[in-house]
Amino acid sequence: MRLEGRCLDKSGSGNVSLIPEEDEDMWHVYNLVTVGDKLKSTTIRKVTSESSTGSSTSERVRTTLTISVESIEYDTIACQIRFKGRNVQENPFVKMGAYHTIDLQLNQKFSLSKEKWDSVALDRLDVACDPSRTADIAALIMQEGLAQLCIVTSAMTITRARIEQQIPRKRRGSCTNHDKALERFYGTVLQAVLRHIRFDVVKCILIASPGFVKDQFLEYLLAEAIKQDIKVLLENKSKFLLVHSSSGHKQSLKEILADPAVAVKLADTKAANEVKALDSFYVMLQNEPNRAFYGFKDVERANESNAIEMLLITDELFRSSDVALRQRYVALVDSVKDTGGSVRIFSSLHVSGEQLGLLTGIAAILRFPLPERNEDSSDDSDSN
Amino acid sequence: MARHRNVRRLDFDEERDFGDIYGRSFEDEVAISPATASQFMYPHGNTGIALSSYMKPHPLETQSEKLPSSAGASGAPTQPNQPSQPALPSQYLRSEPSIKKPDKATAPVETVTIKQSQSNTKMGFITHHRSNIDSSPARSPSPSVLPGRSTPTTTPIRQPQLTRSSLKGKQLHLIDVLSEYKKRQESEKPTINLVVIGHVDAGKSTLMGHLLFLLGHVSKRTMHKYETDSQKLGKASFLYAWILDETGEERNRGITMDIAQQQFETEHLKIHLLDAPGHRDFIPNMITGAAQADVAVLVVDATIGSFESGFESGGQTREHALLVRSLGVTQLVVAINKMDTVSWSRERFDEIVTKLKSFLKQGGYKEGDITYVPCSGMTGDNLTSTLTDSWYKGPSLAQSIDRFRPPPRPVEKPFRCCIADIFKGQGAGICVAGKIESGYVQSGETVLVVPANELTSVKTIFGGDDISAWAVAGDQVVLTLIGIDQTKLALGSVLCSPEAPVSITSLVRARIIIFNIELPITAGYPVIFHYQSVSEPAVIKKLLSQVSKTSGDVIRKKPRCLTKNSSAIVEIEISRPLSLELYSDCKDLGRFMLRYAGNTVAAGLIIKIL
Repeated sequence: MRLEGRCLDKSGSGNVSLIPEEDEDMWHVYNLVTVGDKLKSTTIRKVTSESSTGSSTSERVRTTLTISVESIEYDTIACQIRFKGRNVQENPFVKMGAYHTIDLQLNQKFSLSKEKWDSVALDRLDVACDPSRTADIAALIMQEGLAQLCIVTSAMTITRARIEQQIPRKRRGSCTNHDKALERFYGTVLQAVLRHIRFDVVKCILIASPGFVKDQFLEYLLAEAIKQDIKVLLENKSKFLLVHSSSGHKQSLKEILADPAVAVKLADTKAANEVKALDSFYVMLQNEPNRAFYGFKDVERANESNAIEMLLITDELFRSSDVALRQRYVALVDSVKDTGGSVRIFSSLHVSGEQLGLLTGIAAILRFPLPERNEDSSDDSDSN
Repeated sequence: MARHRNVRRLDFDEERDFGDIYGRSFEDEVAISPATASQFMYPHGNTGIALSSYMKPHPLETQSEKLPSSAGASGAPTQPNQPSQPALPSQYLRSEPSIKKPDKATAPVETVTIKQSQSNTKMGFITHHRSNIDSSPARSPSPSVLPGRSTPTTTPIRQPQLTRSSLKGKQLHLIDVLSEYKKRQESEKPTINLVVIGHVDAGKSTLMGHLLFLLGHVSKRTMHKYETDSQKLGKASFLYAWILDETGEERNRGITMDIAQQQFETEHLKIHLLDAPGHRDFIPNMITGAAQADVAVLVVDATIGSFESGFESGGQTREHALLVRSLGVTQLVVAINKMDTVSWSRERFDEIVTKLKSFLKQGGYKEGDITYVPCSGMTGDNLTSTLTDSWYKGPSLAQSIDRFRPPPRPVEKPFRCCIADIFKGQGAGICVAGKIESGYVQSGETVLVVPANELTSVKTIFGGDDISAWAVAGDQVVLTLIGIDQTKLALGSVLCSPEAPVSITSLVRARIIIFNIELPITAGYPVIFHYQSVSEPAVIKKLLSQVSKTSGDVIRKKPRCLTKNSSAIVEIEISRPLSLELYSDCKDLGRFMLRYAGNTVAAGLIIKIL
């Protein structure tokens, strides 16, 4: 993301202008903007005018609007965000208070002003505008009859293609059905690879599967590349890396990222770090359950005793439309940082973030054991 | 306002509605009035109504009503010998569904008159009102019937006229299959499904391949071919394994990857053999096989070091033994293989037996149900013929297998068959393979495919290699289905009787027994849900309570996490709906396994469908 201008005052209010340049930047924008912020960007408005005779004409006008955001929709696949809100600045075409929806796309400049830029938002801004770019990784997770093609960047995991085909089992006396179907399946996966992976951007392509599916597929891929003379595959032959996974489902991406052979290839290991952090939480829960807490109430209670060594929290919580709630989360993060603890903000798009999201979205590893709270006082919304 | 639209300057992009109108059905947009809904829609929460009550009399039935005239016209004197000739009516019926197919589409919508009280209509007992049967002195096992339907059913065989004329697929069955099954039980050997399990390279395929060869199921010619071919590949020792490992990939790599199926017979039993892969990556395939099995042969390698590596906590000897136990296998033969490599040492045999004994006892096997047999798959010693000059005086492997007791089959329950394989056979239709879990089926019958919720008719049934007119619970069958699109079938779909459909859900409450796991289970724990032949990603949504392993009493409500070797009640959300059954209704369809990162995490029983 390119930072075009930044104007913040001491109280923390102010505005910044940004240009998202990559798919991942859109994700950062999605996490930056909260309900109530003011967003200014160029947009197209359909303006209807009525002539004196009563016939009306509609025209599409490109204009710059500032809206106070009321709802945000994010499309991971198309990498677009739609901001819906009311117009808050005078404009020749649009009345004040009229609703408008701004579609934000890549390379479209916008400026965002907030009443209060809190620490989490500012951190996010720094991360997003960090110029040291890290390359993407493509991961192809397979098992017989199922393949998923994911693009893993530091903040996102996006499933680009999911291929599911029914493959007949081997039957006594005849394996032709099985072999033919497998061939067809590999063919489909190969098409997906060619269509969805940008070989100039992607740093390496992980092929993961249980058993020998990965070896078989790579063999097929290289054979086809020679047969059909697909140059792009032959040139990028060295980018393919075979990794073991326990299944072909998306959740095994966690194992793949934890694989040391892969970790070396991942320059920015945010995704892998998240996996490690979550695993260490589970290990702690196994060994010393009194030093691993989850659920907002429990974690907040631990924080009161300054016990938190590492806080794991998903960015989903910060997207809460409830300002007071967001503030509480931010306060928690700040207080953990102040007391010398580390904070890991998980991306809810990653598999590990997804898992943390289901585990109430917040967890903590403590410095010293604290007594578990009374069972009876547990309430549903929190512990589940 | 505008009296005419400015068509010339019209911007089509703007005029078009957003959203793809073509991809949506009319019902997506328009809500149905509550009255219509209550009349026509199946209320999911309301279990009082059987889905069957919504269905129109199936084409098959309507068609069969017309039979008497046509049968009479052709002058077929079929009635009297009907019971002894089950094939005839089925042939008769077989061709019909295809003719009347258009009716099927409209069937579920048209005739609906329901009353809540009719939920207790059992399968096979519902028939349509027909004047000619009404007068018949029929026994009626389920007294309450749908309006417009009476229950003549189980029409006694003494009344051949009615049987023939009023036959409906189901009804024919009831008489037919059960009595035929009884006959078969008397005349033929009972069938048993046997899965072979054990650590990778324990010699499962070789042992079973050699056994098949010794029992005469593989011709000398084929064997010779395997021998020379395997030698060419430099894998001469794999020649017997090739009998079961048939794909090129399996032969080249020298390991089994998927379940291989074969039939053979021993003195008292007909055995359907399922040879499972031992490699840990193929445990999902192994579960598919084990879910269909009644009994198991656990193969362990007697070689020094090999047994130990298979028996360690990461080895598959343990995992497989526990898996099949959780999937309902209670009888076990432990084949201690490769005894030739330890020169048939009695000490080694005893050592392994003691170690396994204590482990299997912990795993929940009864001591009386386990037999230990030393053998050698490569040399073929003690497979079919007993050893003559040896310390071992017990039965050979084939004899021990012969001692398995066939489990009782839930023949009387509604028909269920879980699809384990789908392929295109010769001729029309799609072939599906699987084990019939309960009930029975016969060719020409109409069955419901769940979760696709499509009716289809069974054209032919292959049990083993031959066509049979019917099949009952416990049989491994290949059914040819007609009148259904292949996309509607998926692995894990269940074929069931339309009168008693299986439930579909993605959220279940289950009692799980947690294995020896490294990391504790919390809410939000991702797992892979292995159920029959499917594996789907799932998430443990809620930990409801931790219960005692033995008594089932609640130890702790809402635990924060579940640690190893505990038992708990949890809610599991599966990524997409599966057809599941309660454990109390159907044991085999109520069991599942949870795995994560290549380890089996827990075994579970479905106690509530949410």
